[in-house]
Amino acid sequence: MIELKGIDVTFYQKKTRIEAVKNVSLSIEKGCVYGFVGYSGAGKSTLVRVINLLQRPNTGSVKIKGREITKYTQKELRQQRKKIGMIFQHFHLMKERTIYGNIDFALKYSDLSKTERQAKIEKLLRLVGLSDKKNAYPSQLSGGQKQRVAIARALANDPEILLCDEATSALDPKTTAQILALLQSLNQSLNLTIVLITHEMQVVKEICHKVAVMDRGQVLEQNDIVSIFSQPQQALTQEFIRSATHIDQALTTIYQQISVTKLKENEELIELAYQGHQTSEPLIAQLYSKYQVVTNILYGNVEILQQTPIGHLIVILSGAHEQRKKAFAYLQKQGVRLTHLQVPTSQTTASTLHVS
Amino acid sequence: MQSFLESYLPNVLQLKQEFIQSTAETIYMVIWTALVAGIGGILLGVVLVSTGEGGILKNRLVYSVLEKSINLLRSIPFIIMLALFQPLTRLLVGTTIGTTAALVPLVIGVIPFFARQIENALLEVDSGVIEAAQAMGTSPAGIIFRVYLIEGLPSIVRVSAVTVINLIGLTAMAGAIGAGGLGNLAIARGYNRFQSDVTIVATLIILLLVFISQAISNQLIKKISH
Repeated sequence: MIELKGIDVTFYQKKTRIEAVKNVSLSIEKGCVYGFVGYSGAGKSTLVRVINLLQRPNTGSVKIKGREITKYTQKELRQQRKKIGMIFQHFHLMKERTIYGNIDFALKYSDLSKTERQAKIEKLLRLVGLSDKKNAYPSQLSGGQKQRVAIARALANDPEILLCDEATSALDPKTTAQILALLQSLNQSLNLTIVLITHEMQVVKEICHKVAVMDRGQVLEQNDIVSIFSQPQQALTQEFIRSATHIDQALTTIYQQISVTKLKENEELIELAYQGHQTSEPLIAQLYSKYQVVTNILYGNVEILQQTPIGHLIVILSGAHEQRKKAFAYLQKQGVRLTHLQVPTSQTTASTLHVS
Repeated sequence: MQSFLESYLPNVLQLKQEFIQSTAETIYMVIWTALVAGIGGILLGVVLVSTGEGGILKNRLVYSVLEKSINLLRSIPFIIMLALFQPLTRLLVGTTIGTTAALVPLVIGVIPFFARQIENALLEVDSGVIEAAQAMGTSPAGIIFRVYLIEGLPSIVRVSAVTVINLIGLTAMAGAIGAGGLGNLAIARGYNRFQSDVTIVATLIILLLVFISQAISNQLIKKISH
């Protein structure tokens, strides 16, 4: 559906060279929800604007449905853009037009007659659940409602692609969930290809099929969502995953517990990560019955991504040294990733001070 | 009442007809200049916004030529401009005296000011909305007529009121050198003949015109902005 090859975007800001996007190549299939994650300034917004050529790349090719759009004339490009909807973090509705007028704007040069347009707008408003607001002005709506209008407007010309530029970043968690649910249902019912960029892994987790992690203009890593969450390769990816699964937050709390800071001779603090079918295996029971290793679970988190469960556990394993070694080998054979955790010394002092 | 007016405004009463005519002349100059310079100013303002930095039809040459001409014209004091453009006025109107002749320098004086005001008004339109329109495949003409001029309308009305008020001041100046109107009355009668009551009443009428323009614009803005 979308093919980017060797995309470079360079800006000059008062003679400083800014490489916003560096040599990015990727392809996005039809019906896929593709997420770009990265901190602000990573080049995500620039890259997503390359897809509809709001930002022309300095080099590289942009193909939509196999056709090179960088070679289009202005008129052809405008036609193409009608088939690529876009929504934004700050909605960008026209405040002097009603909700109806805002959606009608997108249909102005379509071939539809006035009554057909009217029917279409009513249908779009029903789709986003805002039929009763058609004569309201944007200033009378909440953030979530504004984004719904923006979505209706973006869908007016029956696009095959929807670009979402931080579409939920200005919304509260509950509204974010509602908008994501709407996007997901659009993806399923219209087979809409969705490209979304965000700095929140939480958003990616909810709806994306595939993810690309961006940093300083480059795509560090791209994979399907399950692989990214279960086997993140790059440090930055791991950082994003850990923030989404709240592991780091949990560890900070755990490190302050006495049972952890004062580990006994035969105890070890371990992080276990597993995915898919292993989850259903009664691993912990096996550890005890096979190796007499006792597991004390301090923290657990299971995400279900695209029907695949992905779990993270922080545990204290206690048992004889030899038995623990065997247990580790067994776990690894089961495809569980083990990380031995060390309580940071500074944390220990801090907590001792706290206790005394 | 009559005796009060007679004792405090002796000259005004005798000039009742002149006052009515002068007010009409001032309004005539304001309306025609506002119409012609309004269209010209909006046109140039739109060109400035479209060709300027980040504009939809960015063109450094057009922008810089236009911007420099506007700055140049705005730097010439209006009273000098009245004299400076006399040959042009004679060419266009056939005379340099009277209200119609005054329209030429008035339009030339107001256009650059108004173009700048329009540019600023249109720059207030959220650039994100422009981007959204581009993403929807809107043509540059569509963006100008259906985004800039609609979304910027409240600001356009606001700067128009500022310009009209400014223009009322300029007509008074033009009046001083023979264009007629309330300015002429205040100077030729009130100042030169020491009939200060004429000056005062002329001032009051000008103030009234200013207040009316302001009030109309405030009402309009209230009505059209959401």
